[in-house]
Amino acid sequence: MDITRRRLLLLLPAAAVAWKYVQAGTPEAAPNYKLTEHWWGMLIDIPKCIGCGSCVRACAEENDVPEGYYRTWIERYHVADWKIERPDVESPNGGKQGFPPNEIGGKNFFVPKLCNHCADSPCTQVCPVGATFVTPDGVVLVDKSYCLGCRYCVQACPYGCRFINPKTDTAEKCTLCYHRITKGLTTACCEVCPTGARQLADLKNPKDPIHEFMRTHAVQVLKPHMATGAKVFYNGMDGSVR
Amino acid sequence: MFKDVEHLIRLAVLMAIALIAFVTLRALVVPHSFGEYGHYRGDAIAEIAGRPAAFAGHDICEACHADVLEQKKQGKHVVVPCEACHGAQAKHADDPASVKPAKLDTAVICARCHEANSAKPKDFPQVDTADHSGGLACGTCHQPHRPKIETAAVTNSATEGPK
Repeated sequence: MDITRRRLLLLLPAAAVAWKYVQAGTPEAAPNYKLTEHWWGMLIDIPKCIGCGSCVRACAEENDVPEGYYRTWIERYHVADWKIERPDVESPNGGKQGFPPNEIGGKNFFVPKLCNHCADSPCTQVCPVGATFVTPDGVVLVDKSYCLGCRYCVQACPYGCRFINPKTDTAEKCTLCYHRITKGLTTACCEVCPTGARQLADLKNPKDPIHEFMRTHAVQVLKPHMATGAKVFYNGMDGSVR
Repeated sequence: MFKDVEHLIRLAVLMAIALIAFVTLRALVVPHSFGEYGHYRGDAIAEIAGRPAAFAGHDICEACHADVLEQKKQGKHVVVPCEACHGAQAKHADDPASVKPAKLDTAVICARCHEANSAKPKDFPQVDTADHSGGLACGTCHQPHRPKIETAAVTNSATEGPK
């Protein structure tokens, strides 16, 4: 085939595209960490939670969460004897400074909350630009450089786990301390929990203690009827918890 | 067979140019790692994973502070990780000589967990701090790493102070 001027002009853009791919190469993965070998979740043992707020403070420090916003927070439930269906729930400053003493009857307990890292997450499905996604190891993340700040995901999350960072105007949420768990550390909230009420769990690792725990305890997820595939498992959860 | 066949060729060429322009523009605009794992930028995973950690983790602390670990093992606070009270210490772990952790105020730190609250588990040790110590810092009597007071050691631990 002769290279005429016309053919050359047609070939050049295609060659440019091909060259860009050659130049880019493949991105480097973190050493010794294989995305396909993990499936992350968390176990929360409600009867162990003392509402100290260590997790909330640690999360804010580890992830530079702006004041007044929470990637994890603690709720205090008060269920009066006669209204199991309508519990009083409070979370002053996300439980960051703990909870003021309350000497009241009925049933009282703390419930720590965070992103449930759903396998079929409603928030990633509504993103119009592919800025939020479930990683191959089961963590729901936000690509800050791609997020438009349209807030679709904020309203889609049935657990209220997302917010718009006022500084960057992009969606933000719990990353399950992805920068820590990929390096073999546990999350900041699990690291500082003084009673072990929070445990990071690798559901793909057969040696993870969560499997033994789930076999021997009655474990539940939040809003199971929504079929989100939530991977934050709660032990000892009262029926009034929403 | 066709009349004015050059019209069709012209149209085909125009469409080919439009297609090439679209492919070229798309390649310029869409990041190369988009679609690597799914409908998102694959490089974002490595970027998010690459951030530095603020909390070192208790294994790192215990590598140097084995004496504190021994002390903790004698009491119930063995289960409490170092950074639950001492805060994020990755900077201190990276450069122990120049970054020193702040001294803790036991009057504040201890109350965070042990201030009485009806929502806390019943078997968790709780006190009304104002009533229990009358405003005295907890470290006056208790050694935070091994908080149980042995009756004979009360006077000693007071002079020893918190470690």
